[in-house]
Amino acid sequence: MTRLERTARRLHQPVGAGPRACFLLAAILVVVALMFPLWQLTMFAPQYPNALRLDIHANALVGGNNGQDLKEINLLNHYIGMRDLAVEDFTEFKWMPFAIGGLALLFLRAVVFGTMKEFVDGAVMFLYFGGFSIWSFGYKLYRYGHDLSPTAAVKVPGFTPPMFGHKTIANFEVYSYPQAGTYLMAGAGVLVLVALVLAWRNRPEPESMP
Amino acid sequence: MSRGSLTRAGRGLALGAGAFLMIAYGACSPSAPPSGRRAAAGASDIAVAAMKTYVAPGDLDEYYLFQSGGHSGNVYVYGVPSMRHLSTIPVFTPYPATGYGFDDESKAMLGGLTWGDAHHPALSETNGDYDGRWLFINEMNGRVARIDLRDFKTKQIFGPIPNVSGNHGSSFITPNSEYVMVASRFSIPIPKGTYAPIDKYATEYKGVIGALAVDPKTGEMSNGFQIMMPPFDYDIGDAGKLVSDGWMFLTAYNAERAVGKLEVTASQRDRDYIAAVDWRAAAKAAAAGQGDMIGGVRVLDPRKVPGLVYLLPCGKSPHGVDVSPDGKYIIGSGKLQGVTTAFNFEKIQTAIRNKDFDGEEDGIPVLKYESIKDAEVEVGLGPLHTQFGPDGMAYTSLFVDSAIASWKLGEWKVIDKVPVSYAVGHLSTAEGDTVSPDGGYLVSLNKLSHGRHLSVGPSQPEATQLIDIGEEKMKILYDAFTEPEPHYAQIIKADKVKPIEVYPKEENKHPLAIWDVADAGITRQGNRVTVKMVAVRSSFTPMNFEVQEGDIVTVAVTNIEQTTDELHGFGLLDYNINIVVDPGETKTVTFTARKGVYPYYCTNFCSALHQEMQSYLIVKPR
Repeated sequence: MTRLERTARRLHQPVGAGPRACFLLAAILVVVALMFPLWQLTMFAPQYPNALRLDIHANALVGGNNGQDLKEINLLNHYIGMRDLAVEDFTEFKWMPFAIGGLALLFLRAVVFGTMKEFVDGAVMFLYFGGFSIWSFGYKLYRYGHDLSPTAAVKVPGFTPPMFGHKTIANFEVYSYPQAGTYLMAGAGVLVLVALVLAWRNRPEPESMP
Repeated sequence: MSRGSLTRAGRGLALGAGAFLMIAYGACSPSAPPSGRRAAAGASDIAVAAMKTYVAPGDLDEYYLFQSGGHSGNVYVYGVPSMRHLSTIPVFTPYPATGYGFDDESKAMLGGLTWGDAHHPALSETNGDYDGRWLFINEMNGRVARIDLRDFKTKQIFGPIPNVSGNHGSSFITPNSEYVMVASRFSIPIPKGTYAPIDKYATEYKGVIGALAVDPKTGEMSNGFQIMMPPFDYDIGDAGKLVSDGWMFLTAYNAERAVGKLEVTASQRDRDYIAAVDWRAAAKAAAAGQGDMIGGVRVLDPRKVPGLVYLLPCGKSPHGVDVSPDGKYIIGSGKLQGVTTAFNFEKIQTAIRNKDFDGEEDGIPVLKYESIKDAEVEVGLGPLHTQFGPDGMAYTSLFVDSAIASWKLGEWKVIDKVPVSYAVGHLSTAEGDTVSPDGGYLVSLNKLSHGRHLSVGPSQPEATQLIDIGEEKMKILYDAFTEPEPHYAQIIKADKVKPIEVYPKEENKHPLAIWDVADAGITRQGNRVTVKMVAVRSSFTPMNFEVQEGDIVTVAVTNIEQTTDELHGFGLLDYNINIVVDPGETKTVTFTARKGVYPYYCTNFCSALHQEMQSYLIVKPR
């Protein structure tokens, strides 16, 4: 049996109950994640002792203080020529819920069919989705901080708001941290990893296979 | 009031004069010790006073103090115990700081008058307790205003009230805010505009006690009923509460019906009156169509509708009258006496039932003093007003003694006296005119400050002193100084007042409000031009705009901010226009355009580029 044949066989081998349970749970977690914010930016300034807050969901931007904080952030940003943070600008909000739904279906497919192949598909897609989302988020932050109007009242050099952690931008202390949604997604990631490890450990020997 | 108390009062005045002469002499003698303004206070007292009044930066006060601003026409808002001046609410006078009296709406509300002598603020009540909804305040031109405590803005100025001249005996409120009292200080022939020579004063001039009905939902005032009274000078009032609910009490001086030099002519009789008005009976009689329509209001004549009013004889020239928290006692006195009288409401009712009268005035029965009084409390000279604390505590201001006396209802004995600086008029204790006074703090509204502050020239501020009444011994805690001129004040627990800080967009129903700069612009109908304008950090839209000479221009400015403290002003040069628009608010100004170029700019600091928030009104010649 060649190496390729062995791999192909393994991909068609059934997977045990443990990994399947992990994938079922992961499917649930990614869907639940939709209901929570993924990331939060908190901005303190002397004039804003209670901070301005911005929650990023998979499908929406939600300002703190009943949405007022988002308006305030846009109002302040117009002085430096930054584009308004508008929901329409974020194509992510359109495809992310759809993609998460797709992921959940992919996970469920693995649970139902239960062969190694579906598990690998799910894990690869999850990795790709997670990686792309993080890149996309970072890129958006970069673009907003660099596409500044040349006629802005206050000219500032391009900047990138922090993606993770803390940064001082002019009079603002900006804190950026993942929220419940991201933690749930990360939890799903861990479950996917655990499922793969378990499936690999309990794999039947190729020789004993029919 | 007995002869004895008057003699005591006289002796007190004489002693006061003697003391004054001695001080004057002492000051001139070469060996006089260096004079100290303040009696030596122990360091610990200062520390205690400092601790009790110090509200650290960022911390909040425990109470709101609303002081009338007298002839400034304003209401001043202070925090207690810090005595920091927090805000001024313009009521009867234009106030450029908030643009009040400049925009079309508030200008119309002022009705062409630019002053009003604001006297007695009254917080709205539910079951005799402050409910934190509205603050009413009267003024002498015969109007009553309502301030909404949701936004601390004047919402209604009612009046001039027909027939009532010099509305001093106002705006005392009934326990469920059913009515706000009004009363004439200066009796005139009614309706207003009627001629009668001054020698017909005693018969043809009329005092009027009335009530404005308050809408329980909106607070909107309207004419209720009025009662035609003898031409006395109606001064101050208070509504009965609990057992005495349904009654209003108002002091009246000049029972002599005198004219001319009143300080002499109106001080000849030993007695003046407190008028006790059965306001429920009066409201019922008016609703039944009794009385006559005079000046557009139903006016009841006690001669024709008996049982509405009774007169309680009271020491000469009374000022305040105050009902105890349980409603059982009515405290009032002549302001030149040495005692204050506690009338017993139950005894008043009994005297009315038994027709225990001592004459009458224009058909209004006068009750017998001895039958209705419970006690004369020897509070000191010049008792004016009484406020209350918990557990039957009462506090009486003494103008002549320049002090405040504390005493107890039922025991009728003075417990303590604290000198104030100087010449106290009204006083106010924490929720002290409700059915459940809080105690703790008392504010003495003194008429004279006599240089207890850095000199600011001859026009001196008034002295508002905070006094600790938490313990038996009263202690002066703090001297605050107030612009002219507080009369009465109200102190309400801070958590009862729940103001908004921006006007929510959804609530703005102004027909000219716009929320998007894209909707801003100019429309014209003939020579009437309407400019819908947006103000938002840091620009106006439309910016420069052009109209024709002679156009009647209405500029409607909407501040589309929804952020706390982001106010924008609209100051138009050479037009005497400056309005200030709060977040979420729309205000209009209307003017006739004169040719030329007129800058307008944001007058209320808003942002780092506030200075750039400016544009031009350009008016083309015809």
